[in-house]
Amino acid sequence: MVDVPYEATVDVPPAEVADVELYHPKSWWTQYVFSQDAKVIAIQYSLTATAIGLVALVLSWLMRLQLGFPGTFSFIDANQYLQFITMHGMIMVIYLLTALFLGGFGNYLIPLMVGARDMVFPYVNMLSYWVYLLAVIVLASAFFVPGGPTGAGWTLYPPQAILSGTPGQDWGIILMLSSLILFIIGFTMGGLNYVVTVLQARTRGMTLMRLPLTVWGIFTATVMALLAFPALFVASVMMLFDRVLGTSFFMPALVEMGQQMKYGGGSPILFQHLFWFFGHPEVYIVALPAFGIVSDLISTHARKNIFGYRMMVWAIVAIGALSFIVWAHHMYVSGMHPHFGFFFATTTLIIAIPTAIKVYNWVLTLWRGDIHLTVPMLFALGFIITFVNGGLTGLFLGNVVVDVPLSDTMFVVAHFHMVMGVAPIMVVLGAIYHWYPKVTGRMLNEALGKLHFWVTFLGAYLIFFPMHYLGLLGVPRRYHDIGEAAFLTPSVHTLNAFMSVVALIVGLAQILFLFNLVWSLFKGKASGGNPWRATTLEWQTPETPPGHGNWGKELPVVYRWAYDYSVPGAPEDFIPQNQPPARRTAQGAAT
Amino acid sequence: MSAIVLVMAVIAVIAGWWLSQQRLTAKPWLEEGSIDDFPGTGAMTVPAAKLGLGVFLAVATSLFALFISAYSMRMNMVDWRALPVPALLWFNTGVLVLSSVVMQWAYMSAQRDNMDGVIVGLCAGGASAIIFLIGQLLAWQQLSAAEYFVASNPANSFFYLITAAHGLHLMGGLVALGRTTAKVWRGAEMPQLRLSVELCAIYWHFLLLVWLALLGLLTGWTDDFVDICRRLLT
Repeated sequence: MVDVPYEATVDVPPAEVADVELYHPKSWWTQYVFSQDAKVIAIQYSLTATAIGLVALVLSWLMRLQLGFPGTFSFIDANQYLQFITMHGMIMVIYLLTALFLGGFGNYLIPLMVGARDMVFPYVNMLSYWVYLLAVIVLASAFFVPGGPTGAGWTLYPPQAILSGTPGQDWGIILMLSSLILFIIGFTMGGLNYVVTVLQARTRGMTLMRLPLTVWGIFTATVMALLAFPALFVASVMMLFDRVLGTSFFMPALVEMGQQMKYGGGSPILFQHLFWFFGHPEVYIVALPAFGIVSDLISTHARKNIFGYRMMVWAIVAIGALSFIVWAHHMYVSGMHPHFGFFFATTTLIIAIPTAIKVYNWVLTLWRGDIHLTVPMLFALGFIITFVNGGLTGLFLGNVVVDVPLSDTMFVVAHFHMVMGVAPIMVVLGAIYHWYPKVTGRMLNEALGKLHFWVTFLGAYLIFFPMHYLGLLGVPRRYHDIGEAAFLTPSVHTLNAFMSVVALIVGLAQILFLFNLVWSLFKGKASGGNPWRATTLEWQTPETPPGHGNWGKELPVVYRWAYDYSVPGAPEDFIPQNQPPARRTAQGAAT
Repeated sequence: MSAIVLVMAVIAVIAGWWLSQQRLTAKPWLEEGSIDDFPGTGAMTVPAAKLGLGVFLAVATSLFALFISAYSMRMNMVDWRALPVPALLWFNTGVLVLSSVVMQWAYMSAQRDNMDGVIVGLCAGGASAIIFLIGQLLAWQQLSAAEYFVASNPANSFFYLITAAHGLHLMGGLVALGRTTAKVWRGAEMPQLRLSVELCAIYWHFLLLVWLALLGLLTGWTDDFVDICRRLLT
């Protein structure tokens, strides 16, 4: 075989994509605060999500202190414990993970990866962030109102969510519901942008099947979120009516403290249907961007094309579609008809097929790859392990007969923390190490990064893996103090104390990470434009960090898919997506 | 939940049809080269705003389908007492139909470069939408005068909630309509206007369709249909 010289020539005229009218900031305020640039909005989203995420981290510490050393900390009473659970869960799932993956990574990466100058509706995009910020402020203000935040659990099940036995009945629940409504309005504005930008603003040559899997993941998750969040919106509005106007959408006839309440005839199960019609897709709204990002991290850092790209795309779409018909597997213990249970258990188990395809493909991408154990790669590997672990326990819980006894135990807590807590957070952290050089022009400190990874990965595993055993023993969840019972062996208490100590250490490692983020901003090694020698478009920008409008004068033209790593005969082990093909040049020269 | 599952199925069919046009069976690792070799797979050519409106309509459809789902689940319970529908609603419906027709006329005038037609259409469309909203408020007033308060019965609660959700969407539309009218006021040329007018007209038709579905539900006309759907799915 003759070696073909890889010489870059342009054999296609430059972009014919209509250039969008960019909004040019006129002052410091419109450049950095009320900015319409997706990159600035992405950073705003990320910082806000991180800030409220730190609150959730501290709440998890407080919960672990109570669980590990019951009775030692007098300032944590039963009510506060319930409030901590509620706020920790809601913040982590919605205000941190959803906002960070879609608002943060979505805003930064979609325009750069598809070769656009910006989102298609920059003004709406800006509004989206400010409404999100307002939602976060309303949520956080619940800590400062009389009665404190709601303690209804992150699922906010009625009727208890608005009864006087639940902490935060005065203001907490109202603020929580209002904040959710605001969040959904803000997200819808952002979501419209992400979807239309992917459909509309792709540069010349960027076919759907040339999109990096990161964009596929974020795009599909956004479509799902746009369709699923209305269910939470409807549920929140209706519950707000119940709480404020005294309607009975979800409230049955009740006697409270010997008094007949004004409510009557409402259906708590209706709320559960609405909530989980949102709640289950939400799991994949968080997971699909993680799937996409981790595919790109693995391929780049193993210097190998992604195994089974087409299958990966189909699996993302299939998971997105299937996730809308499994919601009632969260309601096996609600007294539903057994036939429903059978149906939903079946659909739940079917989702394991496309998910398993993805896991196999990640592993097969690693197989005989040129694996560089960089920090992003370590986090990607950590993701695969925690995700497989959480996915397998999902198969347990997807079966009605196994779920019913385990439903109210720590097994469920261990399962969902493994699969949609630790696993996506691993990807978030890996992605930050991966893209930080593009955002700031500097590398994060690698030694600190590796320390951060090992403490986080091993620590999280040490917390949540033993927790499964607690669940199997029957240790209940949501309990402030499990007390003494015959089935609770002394090892349960020892294990709880151990997990709490580890949780404190893992939390401290995150503070170390934040220090690294700030320190590297000023002292980090300069990264250059493409430190990982990656193929995707965001690494090919003329400036790093990318300037306003991303691409200088002309939009890039795409000639190949996103995974040309270690191509035989190529002078380097990666070929950027915008590099024109060489063979044509050779033929052209010959003719 | 049958209404929302039905809507999701329709959306899935549309998405599936679109995806089937996108060469998802391509082998991108073999297809090096310029886009000219792969026709029909570039970015979509519809204007971004129109596509954005389309996506928003899908979200709004999902929202109203969820309201309808909740309603049809609740009305199935034994204590359900339907509320008498004020006759005023029929007048309001007529006004909304008129509004939609007028907006369509504005759109057709815009296609024919008839600026006067556009101005009349937009103003009449806006005015009739406002009359509709006032009519809805009057209907609320009539109901509460007859002691059908928001919290006194589940059917009442749903009536107020659903009409309010629809009204708020129409008010959002009025903001867009106001901006379009302001553009005319500032002397914008027809090519800049055409798209805005078209989008307003589409949104008006959508809200009319939603209203007809909601009206059918609230007046009980579609009870039989809902019943059939429920039986099919259970």
